[in-house]
Amino acid sequence: MGKLHTDREYENELKKLRERLLRMAGRVEEMIADSVRALVEQDVPLARRTIEADHLVDRAEVEVDELCLVILAKRQPMASDLRFITLSLKMVTDLERIGDLAVNICERAIDLDQDPPLKPWVDVPRMANIVQAMVRDAIDAFVAGDAERAQSVVERDASLDELYTRVFRELLSTMLHDGSKVERGIHAQSVAKWLERMGDHATNLAEQVVFMVKGKDIRHLTTLEASSPAVAPVPSGVPEASSAKGA
Amino acid sequence: MAAPESEVGATGHKFAVRELCAWFGDKRVLHGINLNIAAHEATAVIGPSGCGKSTFIRCLNRMHELVTSARMEGTIRLDGADVYDGRIDPVLLRRRVGMVFQKPNPFPSMSVRENVLAGLRLTRSLPEDGKDEILEQALSRAALWDEVKDRLDDAGVGLSVGQQQRLCIARALAVNPDVLLMDEPCSALDPIATAKIEDLIHSLKQSYTIVIVTHSMQQAARVSDRTAFFLSGNLIEFSATDRIFTSPRDSRTEDYITGKFG
Repeated sequence: MGKLHTDREYENELKKLRERLLRMAGRVEEMIADSVRALVEQDVPLARRTIEADHLVDRAEVEVDELCLVILAKRQPMASDLRFITLSLKMVTDLERIGDLAVNICERAIDLDQDPPLKPWVDVPRMANIVQAMVRDAIDAFVAGDAERAQSVVERDASLDELYTRVFRELLSTMLHDGSKVERGIHAQSVAKWLERMGDHATNLAEQVVFMVKGKDIRHLTTLEASSPAVAPVPSGVPEASSAKGA
Repeated sequence: MAAPESEVGATGHKFAVRELCAWFGDKRVLHGINLNIAAHEATAVIGPSGCGKSTFIRCLNRMHELVTSARMEGTIRLDGADVYDGRIDPVLLRRRVGMVFQKPNPFPSMSVRENVLAGLRLTRSLPEDGKDEILEQALSRAALWDEVKDRLDDAGVGLSVGQQQRLCIARALAVNPDVLLMDEPCSALDPIATAKIEDLIHSLKQSYTIVIVTHSMQQAARVSDRTAFFLSGNLIEFSATDRIFTSPRDSRTEDYITGKFG
């Protein structure tokens, strides 16, 4: 973050915002891990605790929104501060949705409590690990303004999609061969789908970080710019001075 | 600084400034400024106190040379013609390039009417029959006519401070300039009077080229099309205003506009 703001109160407000976002993201990461653990270990109390913990994430969303509005109104932030705050507003929405998806998984964990699993859970916990790391890295990249790290999150989404396709095919084939497994199969498929969607939200987070940082660095022609498939290239023929906003 | 030139759009330059240096005595306050000011746009000049922004605009209409010990080097072209050419009459130049100052300065002994027409009296003989037309037009363009049309013979200094500033703008407009230089025109005004001036700047752009020096970055962001950031007598960055305030290129601009200064 480099230099500090001359107005220390403003600096503290931005610090508070960063900390709240980090804390919210930490909770969401935990929810992802706990929801899948509750499912795999058929731990209903853990599923219920995780569902309850969601209100903390909801509250964090409201608090971050409020803090952003106060900073916007009081400070009229500019440049990187402005990008940081407007993106914070967007990012809490993605984080909150990831939390909601974890709640969905917990509800399935409760539904599937009495049923033996179709087969040992292998790919679903793997998906959860990937998503958790994606969320963590996206937020760390956001706070550190690290576009390359964010870029790596975007790239990891493909492996999550692959895993989802594999799980989906396996479940489909199981259900086709044994009609009694359809209900459990559909539940399991939903879980995999939600994890895949969490990955999309994590990708959103990361893409916003890449844009935020590139908004600043696009002029310096980093190697990232040449290799970045995540950010739309500046359209040719658009005057330089107006291109940054449109990209 | 070679970069700023490429930033200027194709609308045509009102001013082309090249390698402008300025001094007060031995103290150099501008270091080789290169900058084009586009016609019919508002260009904001921002930077901390002492960065040379006021000196810069005072060079544009040769007000800088009025200070004892002040001098400048480099060239400034207005519509292609060298402003510092020996054949140019600085008084006529200042009619083409009018100026509005930080504190409204209507002539204290003059009525509203006399204030508006004062500039015309100084620079050319005033035709008796066109006077009222010029008066109304200048006051209307300065968005003051409706407020003072029944008080034209009252003292100019009897108006509110915000009205006085618009009176000074009307006085500058009465001589039909091309360019209006504004040096912190709102720093003595309350928010409503400020909003009126800012609104005025938007409408004046259609007929005039505006260069505004301001300490308020929010004001620069609101009223200008392009912004130049000065620091220690150097032009650090000159870009589209939307760009400067969302994604400046230079870390010094970034530090200044985000308040990480000093």
